Amino acid sequence: MSDTPLTRGARWFRALAGNAATPAPVWSGDAPLDGETARFISVVPDPDNRFVRATDNVVGLEQGWLLARAVRDVIAQDAHAAQRRPIVAIVDVKSQAYGYREEMLGIHLACAAAVDAYATARDAGHPVIALIVGPAMSGAFLAHGYQANRILALDAPGTLVHAMGKEAAARVTRRTVDELDKLGETIVPMSYSMASFAKLGLLDELIGDVDADAPDNAQIERVRSVLARAASSARGDARGLSRRLDNPAAQQNRAASIEVRRRLAEQWDAE
Amino acid sequence: MSTVTNPATPHLADSFIELPARERARALLDAGTFRELLGPFDRIESPWLPLQGIVCQADDGAVIARGTIDGEPAVVAALESAFQGGSIGEVSGSKIAAALELTLRDCERGQIVRPVILFETGGVRLQEANLGLAVIAEMQAAIVALRRHVPVVGVIAGMVGCFGGMSLAAALTSHLVVTRQGRLGMNGPEVIEQEAGIDELDSSDRRRVWQLIGGAQRAAAGLADSLVEDDAHAVRAAVAQAFAQGVPATHRTAQVDTYLARLAAVDPQTVTPESMRAVFRDTHAPHSPSKEQS
Repeated sequence: MSDTPLTRGARWFRALAGNAATPAPVWSGDAPLDGETARFISVVPDPDNRFVRATDNVVGLEQGWLLARAVRDVIAQDAHAAQRRPIVAIVDVKSQAYGYREEMLGIHLACAAAVDAYATARDAGHPVIALIVGPAMSGAFLAHGYQANRILALDAPGTLVHAMGKEAAARVTRRTVDELDKLGETIVPMSYSMASFAKLGLLDELIGDVDADAPDNAQIERVRSVLARAASSARGDARGLSRRLDNPAAQQNRAASIEVRRRLAEQWDAE
Repeated sequence: MSTVTNPATPHLADSFIELPARERARALLDAGTFRELLGPFDRIESPWLPLQGIVCQADDGAVIARGTIDGEPAVVAALESAFQGGSIGEVSGSKIAAALELTLRDCERGQIVRPVILFETGGVRLQEANLGLAVIAEMQAAIVALRRHVPVVGVIAGMVGCFGGMSLAAALTSHLVVTRQGRLGMNGPEVIEQEAGIDELDSSDRRRVWQLIGGAQRAAAGLADSLVEDDAHAVRAAVAQAFAQGVPATHRTAQVDTYLARLAAVDPQTVTPESMRAVFRDTHAPHSPSKEQS
């Protein structure tokens, strides 16, 4: 195994959970969190991966299935536990893997397997927390983080959530990157900023004053305490993701999501 | 894989692909039971497209219909490829997510409703970017919760196919019905060519693309369950049969060790769409007795 380059996802894994119990491309391992044990999971570069389109911190075939394994492993271990341990997804994923072999061998299924595992863990009562320390892009974020009870992010350059990289999105929508940036200022879901993501009611906490690339001990401890608080409060959640719509930001910027649900419920049963 | 035909009732083929979303939904429901929810007259449109000078559609490209399938309560969610390529915006995606959430609520109360999703979509609508992605995550959460109670049945008929985050939603279904004209992939051929270069995939090489992600290949590799002709009766029969089979003992996305072993068994350097079939075939876990008898 060659040395894993220290991406943010790797750095924050080390900072919060020490050495991983599983090798790249998916690091997982247990570490204390507020007096209990939590499972930490991160996708890290794997220069020697046999799928050459998936050597970076991207979600490819192996990454998807290995994320599922890391999560299902915890579900099985805690199946009879009085309290299910928290699962922390450390999110630093640039994209899904783009490749011929990836499509052939079902990358959509591999990513869906990770979605399934995280959603199943959440439904089983594991507090699932996503901690965004870098890019949280598109299908990769769906697979690793977007099924969480709570979504937290470092307020630092380089953390973002989006459906498509800027250059590609500009190309597809026939705009320039500048035009795209300008649109993001007025059209909240188009923006690449974490602050805009928060305006959609999807972000639970933006953690400020942290050096995302070289955090000091005090910063790491502060992040750890935010994680602990999030895990503890998530234990009281109703099942599902309804919380994402049940907040003032969503009421303002996701009014249509709420309205669709309200009116569909009214019409659901025939008079 | 099962190829579904209906020899008992001979008929002229009625193309399913040529039907718009609303008629596709109608074709899958028992005759006379189609009832649309949040239809065009409710006029819930995208709040984001007008801000970008794009004309809205009154149903935002998603049709939700209730009715019955083989006499059992059902809901069909159908994407309309003629509007913005079937892309998922805040409204179209929320309509599907909400329909699945209400189905889950009913199932949890012991009232089983059969959910069918007609995928015809390129994925997230980029003009609503982050909200498209968010609603897809919500849809996925609902599918995972729902399929413990009742099979969630997906159909990819074509011609757009199913891509992006919605390909993950399709993979989460209990049973996937495809035609030869349906394509299923996470990244579309153009995106792969753009991101990885033309040596990785020449998106204009249509034959190579169909061999890679076409419905026949997906079914042969066990990544789809029923391969049917482009015929409304055949699609309908396959959907009904999927419900009759009940909830699979282990959904495909939960077969982690199996698929990791399969990946380990292929050589990425030499694997081809043809050679991978043998490794991936017979993926189907045996079906458990139907859990959906109410």
